[in-house]
Formats: sequence, structure tokens, C-alpha cells
Amino acid sequence: MATTAATARVVPVAVLSRPSRSLWNNALYKLRRDKLTIGALFVLVILAALSLAAPLFSEYVFHYKFEQQDLLHTYEKPQLDNIAYLLGSDEIGRSQVVRLLYGGQISLFVGFTAAFFNLTVGVALGLGAGYFRGVLDDILTWVITTLNGIPQIYLLLIIAALWRPGPFTLVVIIGLLNWTGISLYVRGQTFALREREFITAARTIGARDRRIMFRHILPNVLPLIFVLAAIDVGAIILLESALSFLGLGILPPTPTWGNLLTNAVSYFVRAWWLVVSPGAMIFLTVLCLYLIGDGLRDALDPRLKTH
Amino acid sequence: MRDFIIRRLLYAIPTLVGISIITFLIARLSPGDPIRLFTFGIKDFTQEDYLRLLHAYGLDKPIPLQYVDWITNALRGSFGESLIYHRDAFAMLVERVPATLQLAVAALLLQLVIGVPLGVIAALKRGSWVDGAIRVFGVAGHAVPAFWLGLILIIVFAVQLRWLPSIGLLTVGHDQWDIPDRIRHIILPAFVLALTGIANYSRILRTETLDVLAQDFVRTAHAKGLHERTVVFVHALRNALIPVVTALGGILAALVGGALVIEQVFSWPGVGQFTFQAAIAKDYPIVQAGVMFTSTLLVVSYLVRDLAYAVVDPRIKVG
Repeated sequence: MATTAATARVVPVAVLSRPSRSLWNNALYKLRRDKLTIGALFVLVILAALSLAAPLFSEYVFHYKFEQQDLLHTYEKPQLDNIAYLLGSDEIGRSQVVRLLYGGQISLFVGFTAAFFNLTVGVALGLGAGYFRGVLDDILTWVITTLNGIPQIYLLLIIAALWRPGPFTLVVIIGLLNWTGISLYVRGQTFALREREFITAARTIGARDRRIMFRHILPNVLPLIFVLAAIDVGAIILLESALSFLGLGILPPTPTWGNLLTNAVSYFVRAWWLVVSPGAMIFLTVLCLYLIGDGLRDALDPRLKTH
Repeated sequence: MRDFIIRRLLYAIPTLVGISIITFLIARLSPGDPIRLFTFGIKDFTQEDYLRLLHAYGLDKPIPLQYVDWITNALRGSFGESLIYHRDAFAMLVERVPATLQLAVAALLLQLVIGVPLGVIAALKRGSWVDGAIRVFGVAGHAVPAFWLGLILIIVFAVQLRWLPSIGLLTVGHDQWDIPDRIRHIILPAFVLALTGIANYSRILRTETLDVLAQDFVRTAHAKGLHERTVVFVHALRNALIPVVTALGGILAALVGGALVIEQVFSWPGVGQFTFQAAIAKDYPIVQAGVMFTSTLLVVSYLVRDLAYAVVDPRIKVG
């Protein structure tokens, strides 16, 4: 008896001496051991750094400006002899690799900015509707089912075709159309959370709606928002590339991965390498973002199902 | 059950009203005056003529009344004459429906035939390299830009290997009913269109099968001494298949939306390509007919999904 009492006293001390783990600490711990996610994050950071450093690369490494032409070196195959043609050259002798780096700047900018708009609108509306319910929720549900009823690419293409928006307007439009999925998830979570005891407790001690929403519910929805954000950025990059590919996104001479492909299509019989590299960049970027989204979901809450 | 069906049907009405308002506004809010566009280049076109035309087309009425006029006609299937072809817009659109339908059905079949077994295999071989490969494919399939994959497949199979044709429904000059020729044409676009769905189904089926395999009734089936095959195919799989129906909504939406881009890449003369080209040419009646048609299709398929879901899974609350 004495020995068990002694060990019983010792064990809690040992447990207590371990640092306490919050949700985020715990997630970080799990993430660190998830090689695939870390790898994806690593690749994404490198891609972003390369794109951001595009002017430096074009000046000091490739010695080639992105708009520079050379009619004596059109349709150069990918090669190591002339580093500027590492990934080949196009029909007027522009360097594919330099244009690809610059294109990355725009594609990543569009992805992250539009996702920011999406998340702001989606989270605000989802939280509001889920919390207040009633008429507000009915209206939101109506707007969402309506927007979901029209294939998104149709709406976006038609808006782009009729109004021909500039790059920034386009980002805002994508941001304002794409939030329905996010807001449905947030609404669902808020629905469930507002019935929990800690919310009732907060209300009993006189917390106002705003405080309950932002201090009690939002932090609990945050893990979900992080997962959705990673996937959302990827989805937007795909959407923008499709739009640019169809000639309605961001227009040349500003290079984006999508409009580099539009150009490549006209020459693909002669220069297949012009088709391969921009698409591979999109694929790689989006793949990393989706893998990060998956990894975050597993780390933060394995019960979340966001197929 | 009857109440559920009726209620679900009624829910679709406000959605369709919302969609019709957006479709109507697309044309009304877009830049450019339709009368000016229509009569561009006509000599001695006076202000008086302009007002008369404005009145004749009902464009001098307040916007809400114009909407009522428009929706009344739209419900009769009349979206007006195409500004370019001078034929009935809806009739022209309907001519394009079979092509899109062929593509969508072919893609859906590929998704079920490839995606479902992949997911089940991954779950049964959990932790093996097969499972790993299928899981990577499940994410990668979502991340590939479909139009790019289409181009790559055209380069490989049509340009380099010359195995398959790259554009159109069938070889020009061939008989309408030359089925092998049609199949050769549909393989590439249908596969590209199906890819997201294949990846989706493989992911869903993997998680679902794992869930079901961990349940008590599967253990009971094992304990009864049933064959592994019987347990998997008769007991587990039937339950794991429920989300195939649930996922159908998102997959149909992806099919309808994705079809537009794929049709453009493969010059497939479907609804999406037609609507897209009309939007570029600012041919409003066709654009409106196209958006209304595809959206209605989508709303109906969501409806069918919900009803099918209620039939497949008796646990769903009816009423």
C-alpha cells in the first residue's frame, strides 16, 4: 500500500513537469513529424522565394530581362549551354525560365490576395449566420445556394468577358465569388459550438454577442479556417490559370503561369517545352498547398472531414 | 417521404429565382447599350427611332418590370434571337446539349469505374506502397490544371504517337453512328474531365471503407467465419458506398463547370464552349440561355442527389 501511494505521488509530479500542450503546440508537434507536409511547405517557400527574387535572378543569374527578345534564338530547346534558355525560349526568343519566375509573382499574389477576400467574407458571414440564425441565416443560405447553382467558371468567365477587369479588380471578383464553401463550413461549426456549455456560461456572466463570437467561437473555428485557407489558395491559383488560359484573366505582357500557357498553345507542335513548364509550376504549387491543407487538417483536428 | 420530396422541391424555387435574377442582370448591367449595339452602322438612325426601338423592346420600362417580362419569356424557353446568328438562342443551345451530355456521362462512368475501386484497394492495403501511391494520386488529381493535362495528352497521344484524335466529336466525313470513331474522340476529354472526380472518389472511398471496416458488424461478420471476400464486398462495401451518392453533387458541379474549359481545349462542340464563345462575342441571349440551362441542370442534379441520399441512407431525417 505504501509503495503504491508513493508512486502515485511521484507520477503526477512527472506529468506536471512536462510543459502543457495547447492545441497549437500539439499541432506543431504533430506537424514537425509529418515529413510530407514539411516537405510541401519547404517547396512552397522555395517557389515563393524564387518568384519574389525574380528581378535578382534575371539580372545576376540569367542576364536576361523578362521582356527581352532575341529573334536569332527563337524556339531554343531547354539547354545548359546558355543558362537563359535553361527552359527554352519562345517564338520571339524570350527566356522561358525568367518569364516563369515573374509569372509566379502574379499567380501567387492573386492566390493569396483573393483567398484573403474569400476568407474575410466567408468567415464573417458564416459566423454571423451561424450565430444569429433566423432571417439572416435564411438570406445567407439563399445567396449561397444561388451562387452554388451557377457553375463558378461560367459566372467568372462571363463577368471577365463582358467587363474585362484589370488584374486587381479580377482578384476582388474572384474573392467575392468564391467564399460560399468557406462560409458553409464556418456556419456549420458555429451552429454546433453555440450550443456548447462554455458559450452558455459566457452568456450567463453577461458577455455580449460580439465578444462571444470573436473571443469564444472564432478561436475554435480557427483550425478549420487554416485548413480551408491552404486549400482555397490552391483552388484560386487553378481558377486564375484557367481564366488566363482562356484569355480572360491577366493579359500579356504581364506573364502569369496561365497566360504563358495560352501563348504556348499556338506553338505546341514546335515547342512542347513551352507547354510543360508553366503547367508543371501550377501543378507543383497547388499540390504543395493541398498537401499542406491535408497535413494541417490531420494535425489540428483529425475529425474534420473536408474532402 | 412524400413531405420530404415536396419540401425539397419547393426549396429549389427560390434558388432558381436567384439564379434567374443574376442571369437577367448579366445582360442589363453589362457595358454597352443593346439598341446601339444592334443598330450599329445604320445610316439616318434618329433619336426618334432609338426611342421607338427602346419602347418596342420594352427597355424603357423600370428594371423590375423588365425582369418580369424576361422571366415570363424565359419560362417558355424563349431567350430571344442570337445577335450574331439571328436564330432562336435556346434552340441553338439545345443542339449543343447531346455533345456535353455524352462527355459528362462518359466522365462520370470513368470516375465510378476507376475512382471507387482505387479507394477500396487503398483501404484494404492500408499502409502499403499501393495505399501511398493512391493517396498521392488522390491529392495530385485535384491539383493538376485540367486544361494543361489536356494539352499534354494531346501532345503525347495525338501529336507524337498519333494514337488518338485531338479535336471534335468525330472525324469529319464519317458516319454519325460510327461508334468506334466517336469513342476514340471521347477518350481524352472524358478522362481529363473525370480526373478530379476519380481523385475525389478514391479519397472518399478510402476513408469510408476504413471507417466501415472498423465497425462492430464487420467484426461480427468475421467472427461468424465468413470469407474475407464476402465480408468486404457484401457487408462493408455496401455501407461504404453511401458517400458515392453524397459526393455526387460536388462532382456534378465540377463536371458541368470543368466541361467548359475541357470543351474549349478539345474543340468539343458542347454547351460550355458555345456559351463561352457567345460571352466573348457579347451575344447576350445565348449567354443567358446557356447560364440558365446549366444552372437549372445543376440545381436539378443537387435535388436528385438529396432524394437519392434519402433513399440510400434510411438514417437521414425524413420530414
